[in-house]
Amino acid sequence: MSGPPAGRVDPAAVRFRDSWSRLLRDGHGTVVSPAILGPLVYRTAELLARAHGEDPFDASLAEQAGALLVDAQFTDPVVLARAVALLQQWPPADDRGPALTGAFAAGWSAALRDRTLREQEATRLAVDLARRGAERALYASEARFRAMFERAAVGIGFADLEGNVLTVNSALQEMFGATVEELRHLNIATMVHPQDAPRIWEMYRDLIGGKREQFQCDKPYYRQDGEVIWTHLTVSLIRDEDGTPRYQVAMLEDITDQHRLQERLRYQATHDPLTGLWNRTAFFERLEALFADPEPEARFGLCSVDLDGFKNINDSLGHATGDQLLSSVADRLHSSLAPLGHMVARLGGDEFIVLLENCRGQQEGIAAAQTVLAALAPPFLIDGQQLAVRASVGVVEQPLSATTPGAAMRSADLTLYRAKSEGRGRWTLFDSRRNAVAVSQYAMSMRIPMALDRGEFFLEYQPLCTLDDGAMVAVEALVRWRHPELGVLGPEEFIATAEDSGLIIPLGRWVLGKACHQAARWSARFGAAAPRMNVNLAVRQARNAELIADIDRILQESALEPGKLQLEITESAMLGPRDPALQALRELVGMGVSLTVDDFGTGWSNLAYLRTLPVAGLKIAGAFVSDLHSAGEDPLGWRIIGGMVSLAHQLGLTVTAEGVETAADADRLRSMGCDCAQGWHYGRPARPGDITRRIVEAAGGTRRGPDGAGRDT
Amino acid sequence: MSREQWVPEGTDQETPNVARVYDCYLGGSHNFAVDRDLARKAVELWPDLPLIMRANRAFLRRSVQYLAGDGITRFLDLGSGIPTFGPVHEMARLIQPTARVVYVDIDPVAVQHSLLLVADDPLCAVVQADLRDTETLLKQPAVAELLEPGERVAVLLLAVLHFVTDEEDPARIVRVLREAMPPGSALALSHGTLGGRPELARQHQELYAQASAPLTMRSRDRIVALFEGFELIDPGVVYLPQWRPQHPESVGPHPELVTGLAGVGIRP
Repeated sequence: MSGPPAGRVDPAAVRFRDSWSRLLRDGHGTVVSPAILGPLVYRTAELLARAHGEDPFDASLAEQAGALLVDAQFTDPVVLARAVALLQQWPPADDRGPALTGAFAAGWSAALRDRTLREQEATRLAVDLARRGAERALYASEARFRAMFERAAVGIGFADLEGNVLTVNSALQEMFGATVEELRHLNIATMVHPQDAPRIWEMYRDLIGGKREQFQCDKPYYRQDGEVIWTHLTVSLIRDEDGTPRYQVAMLEDITDQHRLQERLRYQATHDPLTGLWNRTAFFERLEALFADPEPEARFGLCSVDLDGFKNINDSLGHATGDQLLSSVADRLHSSLAPLGHMVARLGGDEFIVLLENCRGQQEGIAAAQTVLAALAPPFLIDGQQLAVRASVGVVEQPLSATTPGAAMRSADLTLYRAKSEGRGRWTLFDSRRNAVAVSQYAMSMRIPMALDRGEFFLEYQPLCTLDDGAMVAVEALVRWRHPELGVLGPEEFIATAEDSGLIIPLGRWVLGKACHQAARWSARFGAAAPRMNVNLAVRQARNAELIADIDRILQESALEPGKLQLEITESAMLGPRDPALQALRELVGMGVSLTVDDFGTGWSNLAYLRTLPVAGLKIAGAFVSDLHSAGEDPLGWRIIGGMVSLAHQLGLTVTAEGVETAADADRLRSMGCDCAQGWHYGRPARPGDITRRIVEAAGGTRRGPDGAGRDT
Repeated sequence: MSREQWVPEGTDQETPNVARVYDCYLGGSHNFAVDRDLARKAVELWPDLPLIMRANRAFLRRSVQYLAGDGITRFLDLGSGIPTFGPVHEMARLIQPTARVVYVDIDPVAVQHSLLLVADDPLCAVVQADLRDTETLLKQPAVAELLEPGERVAVLLLAVLHFVTDEEDPARIVRVLREAMPPGSALALSHGTLGGRPELARQHQELYAQASAPLTMRSRDRIVALFEGFELIDPGVVYLPQWRPQHPESVGPHPELVTGLAGVGIRP
């Protein structure tokens, strides 16, 4: 045994222990817990001391000390260098010094190599585990996306920025009725549909150009089988990490059913159920839209179409046939005009209208009207019957800037009315001058109620005298309108429009009342010498349910004897044997009022009917008499009058000739047996005062005395 | 703010990883070439760095043992990194043999590493979470269980908040944590500061800009402010070696060169 004897303290050994302790407590040692560091210092110093002194020399003790340092993470090479230096400063008694130092260094190095390999392995394992975890998460994430993509109810498709379809989900395949492969051969840019919203492709270009991130719209697509599907489309741009646009993703929701429903509702709201043509609402919408924002030079055309005599067809053949006819007419109009780009609409009943947008001139409007007439010319075969239908067409063709939708429609109606009145089955072009007349007549009729209120109407009376002795047996009440702007207007200037508008009813009632009161005053004053009152009764009045009550009331109020009232009805009012108005006329006669036929000979009358009518007389139209003296001697004309007189007398009717202007006319008529005459020869229409004077003069004052003469009542 | 994390990041070996770089400084081998390169450059620039890291690690040890000595048995180590030499549970159990520790790190590799280490330890748990999403972190079952009311907890935020930028609001993170800590719980915090070596700290910051998490050094005032709502225990916020040293001489003549401030506060 060598080394210091037991129990003795070797000063070199003590120095070594102190230095060793300082070495380990420094640096890394500050991190180590004192509870660990203390035993480590003691244990390693002890191992080295034993290696230093024990016999035989045991290298493993030094190796163990080195390894313990590494175990406590004294891994800094500086620690090894300093430890080797310390060992050198404490030489052993024999030559084991280099071996001891070497064993210590070897132990430290071997432990460090083990530790390093262990830690590297652990680190790689940790990285590996982490990466696998990441991959699992990525896979799970992808799986979730894939599941969402595949099972989504909406169609999803990805495409590159060139528009090449890359992948689509099953919902999209189903929507398009196509396989992935078929869809992948498509390019987005080719999936155009005529009903695409106008801005969609602009939005699309912005998107793939990176100028917009997303857009949404409703878009139709063609399925693989050619059917159309409507989709609510959302397209989004996908950018990469740098923000560079890379892909586009489209999400499509199938809204075909909603779209069809909407279309259907829209169709129902804008189409006529019977004919399938555009309806009134749709037509006016289009017309208003046309006028809303016109090009400066733009023109338009309207053809207002009305079937001639449709009412007769409806009445005689029934509504079902009428409807079939309308439907067939609509078909012909549509198939001949829609291809020209014109809109055909049914406004109601048998009224149709054709709208020409961007009209190039009158010729185009006329051509459209001619097309209408040509289309309707061949007979219609309805329920095995051939029906010939004619139509009248009013054509308006104007610059948009010259009119308004409302005025254009009135112009079209008035022009149609002219076409009808000028003979049916023709077209008429709008004429602003004639239209102005028509418009003024219209405006005039609209003023009648106000004029009645303001007392603008008044009556004149024209005498009816016996041809025998020239005695005035009756007067005819003639209405006049003192128009504030137009002056005094005769009945020919407003009665026709009043009849059209229905205003003849209140106006006629006023005339009857006024005339009856006047007649009653004359009767009260002159008794039997007072003239009978003749009042014109318009067709519409005759058919008015209130007529009897009105006349009864007026007779009561005026206290006029019914025999002093005669109503003149025009020949055109001559009613068929089953006309309900006939009953009213019979009641009037029953009340004691007499009837006469006015303007006899101007219209077409079934003379046989005269027998069944409760009339007391007829008035030969003035035209017959005036024709006689303009043409000089006209034996045929006179023979006709003679025939009428003889016929009337055989029926027990009195005959009055109108338009008698000369004594010669009067003589001739008298010789032919005519009973009464009316005309300038016997007196022009006059104010009541003039008539009163004439009654007084005729009586020669013998009955009433001079005090009553000339008194105007 | 919570967003499902579909794909963990940070499993690549091409980017230096702060946890592995830290391991380099401490003499470990749990690192790759990129990590060692960064560590080497940082040390060339700033030769005291290993010293600073050791000082931080020593503060960890001293504070954990101080708190364990104070009776705390639950530890939440946030930003625990790679469980290199002397992990918290070993330190604490020298004093509290039944100490429970939950390690939390954002880095999936560090988490796997920690799992390998504590796989058989029923009193330890490892959680991967982002400290910046503090609410989600607190909802993690292991964390929530550790923070259940009744027992004091030591929350460790060592050398981690300087990886949180100002925009990510470290004060808010501490505030949310404090709300979740039972009364009497402790916060141990260390943080890089510009105070001692401003010129170096700046360059160092730039170097770390290329690593997995950039550095934000903060002033002493701002670090002290992080303890709002806590009662600082002696000696308050001080340079790392100055916090309750083992021996007065171990502080050294220039503790400010360590450029790390540390402190422990108690939630009342």
